[in-house]
Amino acid sequence: MPKREDIRKILIIGSGPIVIGQACEFDYSGTQSCKALRDEGYTVVLVNSNPATIMTDPETADVTYIEPLTVEVLELIIEKERPQAILPTMGGQTALNLAVDLSEKGILEKYGVELIGAKLHAIKKAEDRELFKEAMVRIGLDVPKSAVVTSVRQGIEAVKEIGFPTILRPAFTLGGTGGGIAYNQEEYVELLDKGLKLSPVNQVLIEESVLGWKEYELEVMRDRKDNVVIVCSIENFDPMGVHTGDSITVAPAQTLTDREYQRMRDASIAIIREIGVDTGGSNIQFALNPADGRMTVIEMNPRVSRSSALASKATGFPIAKIAAKLAVGLTLDEIRNDITRETPASFEPALDYVVTKFPRFAFEKFPEADPVLTTQMKSVGEVMSIGRTFKESLQKSLRSLESGSYGLEPVEAPLDKIKMKLKIPGVERLWYIAQAMRAGMSVEEIGDYTKIDPWFLNHLKEIVGMEERIEVAGRAGVTPHLLREAKNAGFSDRRLSRLLGRDESEIRRLRKEQGIGPVYKMVDTCAAEFAAYTPYLYSTYERPFYTVGRGGVTPPLQPESEAAPTGRKKIVILGSGPNRIGQGIEFDYCCVHAVFALRELGFETIMVNCNPETVSTDYDTSDRLYFEPLTIEDVVNIIETERPVGVIVQFGGQTPLKLAVPLEREGIRILGTSPDSIDRAEDRRRFKQLLHKLDLKQPESDTAMSVQEAVDAARTIGYPVMVRPSYVLGGRAMEIVYDEDSIRGYMERAVKASPEHPILVDKYLNDAREVDVDAVSDGDDVVVGGVMEHIEEAGIHSGDSACSLPPYSLSEEITEEIKRQTRALAKELGVIGLMNVQFAVKKDEIYILEVNPRASRTIPFVSKATGVPLAKIAAKVMAGKTLKELGFTSERVISHVAVKEAVFPFDKFPGVDTILGPEMKSTGEVMGIDEDFGRAFAKAQASVNNRLPLSGKIVISIRDEDKPGICDVVKRLYAAGFSVIATKGTAAFLDGKGLPVEMINKVAEGRPHIVDLIKNKEIVFVINTVSGAQAQKDSFSIRRSALQYGVPYTTTVAGARAVVSAIEALRKKKVTIKPIQEYHRKG
Amino acid sequence: MGIKALLVLADGTVFEGYGFGAEGETTGEVVFNTSMTGYQEILTDPSYKGQIVMMTYTQMGNYGINEEDIESAGGIKAEGFIVREACPFPSNWRSSGSLVEYMERQGIVGIQDIDTRALTRHLRTHGAQMGIISTADQDPLSLLARVRAHPGISSSDLVKEVTVAQPYAWNEGCWKWCSPPHPSLARGEAEPVLKVAVYDFGIKFNILRNLVEAGFGVTVFPAQTPAEAVLETNPDGVLLSNGPGDPETVTYAIEAARKLMGKKPVFGICLGHQILGLALGGRTYKLKFGHHGGNHPVKDLATGRVEITSQNHNYCVDVNSLGGKVALTHVNLYDGTEEGMRHVDLPVFSVQHHPEAGPGPNDSTHLFRRFRELIEGVAV
Repeated sequence: MPKREDIRKILIIGSGPIVIGQACEFDYSGTQSCKALRDEGYTVVLVNSNPATIMTDPETADVTYIEPLTVEVLELIIEKERPQAILPTMGGQTALNLAVDLSEKGILEKYGVELIGAKLHAIKKAEDRELFKEAMVRIGLDVPKSAVVTSVRQGIEAVKEIGFPTILRPAFTLGGTGGGIAYNQEEYVELLDKGLKLSPVNQVLIEESVLGWKEYELEVMRDRKDNVVIVCSIENFDPMGVHTGDSITVAPAQTLTDREYQRMRDASIAIIREIGVDTGGSNIQFALNPADGRMTVIEMNPRVSRSSALASKATGFPIAKIAAKLAVGLTLDEIRNDITRETPASFEPALDYVVTKFPRFAFEKFPEADPVLTTQMKSVGEVMSIGRTFKESLQKSLRSLESGSYGLEPVEAPLDKIKMKLKIPGVERLWYIAQAMRAGMSVEEIGDYTKIDPWFLNHLKEIVGMEERIEVAGRAGVTPHLLREAKNAGFSDRRLSRLLGRDESEIRRLRKEQGIGPVYKMVDTCAAEFAAYTPYLYSTYERPFYTVGRGGVTPPLQPESEAAPTGRKKIVILGSGPNRIGQGIEFDYCCVHAVFALRELGFETIMVNCNPETVSTDYDTSDRLYFEPLTIEDVVNIIETERPVGVIVQFGGQTPLKLAVPLEREGIRILGTSPDSIDRAEDRRRFKQLLHKLDLKQPESDTAMSVQEAVDAARTIGYPVMVRPSYVLGGRAMEIVYDEDSIRGYMERAVKASPEHPILVDKYLNDAREVDVDAVSDGDDVVVGGVMEHIEEAGIHSGDSACSLPPYSLSEEITEEIKRQTRALAKELGVIGLMNVQFAVKKDEIYILEVNPRASRTIPFVSKATGVPLAKIAAKVMAGKTLKELGFTSERVISHVAVKEAVFPFDKFPGVDTILGPEMKSTGEVMGIDEDFGRAFAKAQASVNNRLPLSGKIVISIRDEDKPGICDVVKRLYAAGFSVIATKGTAAFLDGKGLPVEMINKVAEGRPHIVDLIKNKEIVFVINTVSGAQAQKDSFSIRRSALQYGVPYTTTVAGARAVVSAIEALRKKKVTIKPIQEYHRKG
Repeated sequence: MGIKALLVLADGTVFEGYGFGAEGETTGEVVFNTSMTGYQEILTDPSYKGQIVMMTYTQMGNYGINEEDIESAGGIKAEGFIVREACPFPSNWRSSGSLVEYMERQGIVGIQDIDTRALTRHLRTHGAQMGIISTADQDPLSLLARVRAHPGISSSDLVKEVTVAQPYAWNEGCWKWCSPPHPSLARGEAEPVLKVAVYDFGIKFNILRNLVEAGFGVTVFPAQTPAEAVLETNPDGVLLSNGPGDPETVTYAIEAARKLMGKKPVFGICLGHQILGLALGGRTYKLKFGHHGGNHPVKDLATGRVEITSQNHNYCVDVNSLGGKVALTHVNLYDGTEEGMRHVDLPVFSVQHHPEAGPGPNDSTHLFRRFRELIEGVAV
């Protein structure tokens, strides 16, 4: 069927900021669908609030809106752009929910817009638990016993029928938010109450427990001629009970016979037809009772998903791209398989390897959070690895994680602790399983505790057994045979070095002497049945084959490798690995830009990464893709195969940066800023010398090896001071202390100081304004990309604070001086490429907090705000171009304002406080862009679902230090017609300043108190700042209840001030929209 | 890791690995299969007589073997098995033993731990060819001499080796998943309304099961049964089954097919399809490395629908050679080869792929109903 001609313009809705449950997989799907639809000749309008995406690059869509994803804004866009259709299936649950809202509010009808991909009735049938269940029963499929309830009373009635344990799933929430398992009535009522509140439709599904059952997922595609294909089957290592996003999963399904697999396949086809997803991809989850094979349907997502991104990377079948083409009427047999070129997309990929996905968590950032894995997703990222066998694939995934693991390292634990760790699924369960095996527990016993299929456990046992053999052999000398067997089973050189008590480099040398090296195989969708043309590669260890004939035996050759490196000039770009807090999509964005830029210069681009969610691991992005762990071993192997002119490490965040020095030691050329310069910026002593040389200021600092030294240092520097261990990154375990008691407390509680692990004590500049600068340098010229002034004061992690470009309160002189210092630093450091500097400004004094001679998190934001593709320019500079040659010689001055705001996962972690501090906690970011600061800030707040009120009652409860600053805020709120209510101390202070306010109890002061007001929805905004652990504890329930009841809040006075500015701006003029392309139109 | 084993191809290519299953030596045409599941069905499929099967998916034996998923009586029909890794610890609720033991019991030699992807690429480039697996002889040259001395499978009639000796009735339908709370597999039943005579050239049980499911009472005949003897039983239709080897060697079946057409509605599957092609005066040709797997898209030219099919054949019918006597009905979207035809005048149709699945997708099972409709149409 030809593509539809009645549609010319299509609106694609993105998924907004990165949150737990919705990460860069939707940038991948959105970018693919934009490309696919434009290739077919359609005009694509895109809206997404997340600037750190390739999809919001001005080149990706025809018209791009970086605007809040709200119904109001979408209506404005529809009104202006008049698309004929919306493709709502590319932007996760966010886009799907918006499509439902637009439809139900009559907006689609009003403007004559059609939903393509999935129609409203299909979305509702798939998403509404009751409708879905009815549909499944209609087609004869089994579903767990369940009931949909809309009140606690109803729920108590329903559970009598269903029994315990019971699974609760609130309708229409992200990543299973609010879901859980209740083992008793009390837990049940608590979870139910929470779930009802979290569900936007106040609906919770109560479900028969299928805990411990085997879990499967199938990725299904359907076209409008009703052709259906299954792209991939996935089997979960962790059985039902752990959210699939938090489970280790493998593809293809391993323990299903063909009969059982076909049953699941037939069911999937029946489901996609019954639900009525006209075209595109869906993800269907099944649970299977391991005792008797009973199969039940768990759920269906009528859209592309995290699993479909994984399936795309796992098979080479680009689901989102094809789904977009199907949505405009093409059929599967009309679309070509890019990889084989000859064959059509109407087929089912055949794998000849095993794919393992391993989740990555961030519990270390949220010590108060419960680290138990449940049906609510908690992981912040994931890795994927490919091996020929499960053992190899699994072991590769462990070292891809970058959590310090290189295999199944032992964990020291007594047997009862091990048993507990087996029973209660947590982050480290896999390692505890291996430890249980070392402790002599049998597969059956471990199976009883974990419910993990014995197939997986037996493989782990084989790995543990092989470790023992290696350790034993190590004493006498490991044989080439055993070494080969170990590499075959996926052992890293590092793990082998530990087992053999040698150095990693020694293992590498030993391996090379014996001719044991990796080969590269292709992911080709067809298990080599047809020739493939897309170099999408993974490493493995294989045995060679050889030829015999008349001339006798030809000696064994090298094993077959399909890498076939070209003779072109090439550059390797190292990616950023799994998403985690502090290192996310921003770095993938930079890596992708490096690829684009270097390709423009005629280089062959080679990407190495292991994150399946990303654009960088799309086989379409770089010339060659190595889906590999980012360890020194795996990277050196690739470089030895490819022989590039150099490697780029400065775009992927810490992951590749850590490899800079070891790579250089191997004689590999690092492009751009030298590792020595990087060291000069990172080493405290050398950095101090550098600043001294340039006559630049730094907050006073010292190093302490003991509690007493820390106390002395703090006294000399003067309180408050910021303390942190020297050996952790990303602000972990960093604290601001105001007195001697606190510093002693910190030293005892948080860290063990020692000569190897000194504690850093820095002067904390309270009330200072923090400024971020991104610049690019070619060694001679330095051009500033943008100066960003933070909203929150210095001391709050730069990744967590909102910021404005251009600065909204700094004087011209200060800004100019900051730029001058930036240029001086870049020149002195010999930066070639990107550099980020963090400044603090206190009373017109400028202090340098940090210099990072590499891509920073803010690069995509600056690029979107200014229209300058900084990462691309930097990549070209690193490849030898000068800024003059590139025509980028002066900073782009903008007349609009862009505000970045951070998004936090607090709603996923019950019990975690929402207070911000020096430790980064945000998962993603949004951008608000408009003509003035107030409206840009308001848009940013709307994008993080912190909708600013225009009238009503605002509650204020703040610490003493902040009180002087709040007067102005209250005055302006009164002027804007708000009423204000405050807790005792705050109220008394304001009263004293001639600002009478209503008074309300703190929670400890009796009722009604502040939390009651929040729960009764009498409050439209909460301003709450605290200092000190006790005060923080006392006011915790204020912030949690604001979060839970969706009341917008701020925890800083600076934030409050910005909010007031935004409210004032909003009251003056309504929000308008403007595409990013128009902001940056030249001339 | 087991005993050392060698695989030597007729072109002199040698793969060193480890034996699994029975020890010894086996010779056959080496073909690769891209199905990720269904090894038990594949091993017991009589069409693999004379062939050594290599699986492109790397983990085999994961779910063991069971009593239900067999496609012929008397166990494994393939000559040997090549895998990357054979699993000794199967896991599945229906499993009654491991693949390794099963092969051992049945005397089937296997080799594992070789680069199966390299072998696939080799066969793709150089074509399917004879190979020998040995755990007994470690000398590649002597193995090469032996595999080259083998006459090959094209010249021999393999159907004789796998067909049934005596006619028999079959009344078992497709396996049924029983409904909860106690799901398990049960033998299907159906009330027969029509009689079908089945020529067994190496038939898979799933064809018989699907015939019962479509409402047929089934009688299976040995391959060499003369057409007259079948016609005497006055069936409503005749099915020509799948089977191994080169269709041109099965002259008696071609003869029988020629006599049956026009007298009874005929449905041919795989080898049966090729036999019909030859009986109608057409020619068949051999594919370079055949189609063996469960993911080939086949387009039904009448409906425009694409079905994902189960495939297992080395030969194709050149439909153009039939001079307009038949119409092409199905096409393989991978390589454009013929997948089905229909006689323009007579109630005769056939497909190259396997509508009975087992293993593979069930997208084409409706063809059995089409056969019934064809018969009922003729009767009216």
